[in-house]
Amino acid sequence: MTSALAGTRVVELGGYAAGPVVGKYLANYGADVIRIESRRRLDGFRTHYPPFQHNVPGVERAGIFSYFNDGKRSITLNLKTERGQKLARQLIERSDVVVENFTPGTMERLGLGFAGLIELNPCLVMLSTCNQGQTGPRAAQPGFGSQLTALSGFTHLLGEPDRTPVLLYGPYIDYIAVGYGTIAVLAALAQRRRTGRGVHIDLSQYEAGLQFLAPAMLDYFANGRVASRQANRHPSAAPHGVYACRGEERWCALSIWTDAEWRSFVSAIGAPAWALYERFNTVLGRKAHEVELDAHIGEWTRDRSREEVVAVLRERGLRVAAVSSMADLFADPQLTLYAWRVVEHPVLGRVHVMAPPFLLRETPPQVGRAAPLLGEHTREILHDVLGLKDTEISALQAEGVLD
Amino acid sequence: MLDDLRVLDLADGSGSMCGRILADLGADVIKLEPPGGDAARREPPYASDVPDADRSLTWFAANLNKRGITLDLETDTGRALFKRLVQTADVVIQTPVSERSLDYEELSEINPRLILATLTPYGLEGPLADCAASDLEVTASSGCLWLSGETGRPPVRTSVPQSPAWTGMYAAAGVLMAVLARQQTGRGQQVDVSAQAAMLTATSQAPIFWDLLGEEQHRSGPFLVGRSVTGARFRNVWPCRDGYVTFALYGGQAGRDTGRALVAWMNEVLPDGAPDLLRTLDWDALDVATCAQEVVEQIEAAVAPFFLGLSKAEFFDGVSARNMLGYPLSTVDEMAGDAQLASRGFWQAIDTPWGGELCLPGSFALFDGERPPLRRRAPRAGEHNLEVLGEQLGLGVDDVATLRSAGVV
Repeated sequence: MTSALAGTRVVELGGYAAGPVVGKYLANYGADVIRIESRRRLDGFRTHYPPFQHNVPGVERAGIFSYFNDGKRSITLNLKTERGQKLARQLIERSDVVVENFTPGTMERLGLGFAGLIELNPCLVMLSTCNQGQTGPRAAQPGFGSQLTALSGFTHLLGEPDRTPVLLYGPYIDYIAVGYGTIAVLAALAQRRRTGRGVHIDLSQYEAGLQFLAPAMLDYFANGRVASRQANRHPSAAPHGVYACRGEERWCALSIWTDAEWRSFVSAIGAPAWALYERFNTVLGRKAHEVELDAHIGEWTRDRSREEVVAVLRERGLRVAAVSSMADLFADPQLTLYAWRVVEHPVLGRVHVMAPPFLLRETPPQVGRAAPLLGEHTREILHDVLGLKDTEISALQAEGVLD
Repeated sequence: MLDDLRVLDLADGSGSMCGRILADLGADVIKLEPPGGDAARREPPYASDVPDADRSLTWFAANLNKRGITLDLETDTGRALFKRLVQTADVVIQTPVSERSLDYEELSEINPRLILATLTPYGLEGPLADCAASDLEVTASSGCLWLSGETGRPPVRTSVPQSPAWTGMYAAAGVLMAVLARQQTGRGQQVDVSAQAAMLTATSQAPIFWDLLGEEQHRSGPFLVGRSVTGARFRNVWPCRDGYVTFALYGGQAGRDTGRALVAWMNEVLPDGAPDLLRTLDWDALDVATCAQEVVEQIEAAVAPFFLGLSKAEFFDGVSARNMLGYPLSTVDEMAGDAQLASRGFWQAIDTPWGGELCLPGSFALFDGERPPLRRRAPRAGEHNLEVLGEQLGLGVDDVATLRSAGVV
């Protein structure tokens, strides 16, 4: 079976999520992804972010690194040395794609700027993904995705209207940039196979994130309205909310979009007296009395199990779902089909990773190789890709080039 | 970049973003709506708050750069015309829970190179294959809802629906991956995109706490969790004089530099300087991955009053000047005026069906320093019937008039 990216080689530099998860998806679809790492500048996802195996930090014990780097090979190069930089350039010369997510200017300082690389490899596709783009007054400002999510307006839009905004878990906007970065690389590869031309992609995570808030931006530009957080309310659907079910931390989400759906809902819950009030017959009426409506629905859900609520409403074709906890996600038969894959990691053992969230039926992703240990493939890569002899590799090691 | 790609976009609001992204990259994307228009044209907000099929701003944003035709696929004539369009198309995008599901085998017989992207809430297989869900339920099923909200209060979702964007984005990636596979195999294939799985990617490492340690992650309001092996939580949203800012104790070089710069800043502007606790803190020794809740809270209590005295703009100027980690919690009006976005030509203007121009986010990246331009506004329903049916199928004005009177277009 052919993989979409069979024969494509990718060199990846950087850390955390925004670059490496792009590399993961490319690896899952058959690319040979070589991750350049260094013992002198470790990926923060190897060192700073729990969970670690048995709660003890360690370079090979980080769950998050394992989760986002499966399918790749790892080489350690000390890019502070000229020889290390030269080896990186030689790898890139023999590759199709570079993915990097350093702060702007870093690649140039490492002798790996696009202008030089495209001379070596005229059909190179390079993705530079960073917080706010390669240019502009704040290009060089450091930042993490978990905070950029606030600068780009998401945090203000999450929470209850009259209370402090709450956080989206993790570096939310990084994962948006991962999707757009993947798209940009694939589009550039498709173009290159036709025209032979390389390209440098400048992806600002800030700008990628704003694609996801376009309706609110247009509402401002067209109507002058400054959007704010609305808890779980929707302007044209009611009920539209999250309700507590029986048990601790058991919630369901449900939404009713038409008056016909409302009648179906009323019948599904056994037509209690309150549900027959005329004020609830139309969406305008339900919106106008939403607090009262939510209270009644909450009374109905709180004595029932989450599973019962979901089953009763789904049977009528209504929109309802359990609010899945992390534990629930691993027991979800849909995600077993569409997301979860198990790999054997030499330190962590059997762990879950995600399949790319787009499944090609004829050439499906090949997920099965765990994330690499630090420098696990250094010798192999220098030997196979650059044709170095064992003695040469040992000499490089002795000089600290492979740190 | 994708100038040679022709796309038939049948998606409703849960998937229009896929075609928008391909169109931004140069593909010829033809939005195919039922006569009378896509139901998603009724999605608020509307321009000038006038409910009208051409004024839905959500629809407008998701359908820029596309051409629009109407075709009734419930009629034999409509289906026959659709099959003829499929002969010359590269991609069909569909959201079949709300529409009749297209059979890939059947379409593939007409055009073996065709790529069919199918976007559904839970995927085409499994017990929930045909189950309907809106953004709220997809967010619930993906784990994202569980992770946001205050302790002791219900989980909450982002007030601008996110799942259609996640789903459309990853469907576009899938289409392009299938284009690359087709360059190798010569054949198209079906791309199966689950909205739930697309949004699962936004839960970051939270599921892995369960996988590795059997620990559940919980929503924690304005605090960061999952950063420390002690379970300590770190304040990330801080009230300031006119709103909120984001700031956190971080590890690593940038985090330590930020801590020291904060102390220097407080020493500079506060009459009594930074509190002793901060002044004497050994930032090199502070390891957020292992430090205790008590220590975190002491440091945070010493910082909070300083932020309360600053406006968002003062805070942002201060952190920018000192290369610190930290941002204001922006609102849309603030982003509209942001110099960083302006300097990169992010906002672009386009004409509108309701008169005048509208400013909006341009496409998502620069290619060799150029942002792909916005070429056309979102179409009116059936705006390009004659143009598309003429150029693709050789139909004339009279043919299209006949189809219109039969209700097919």
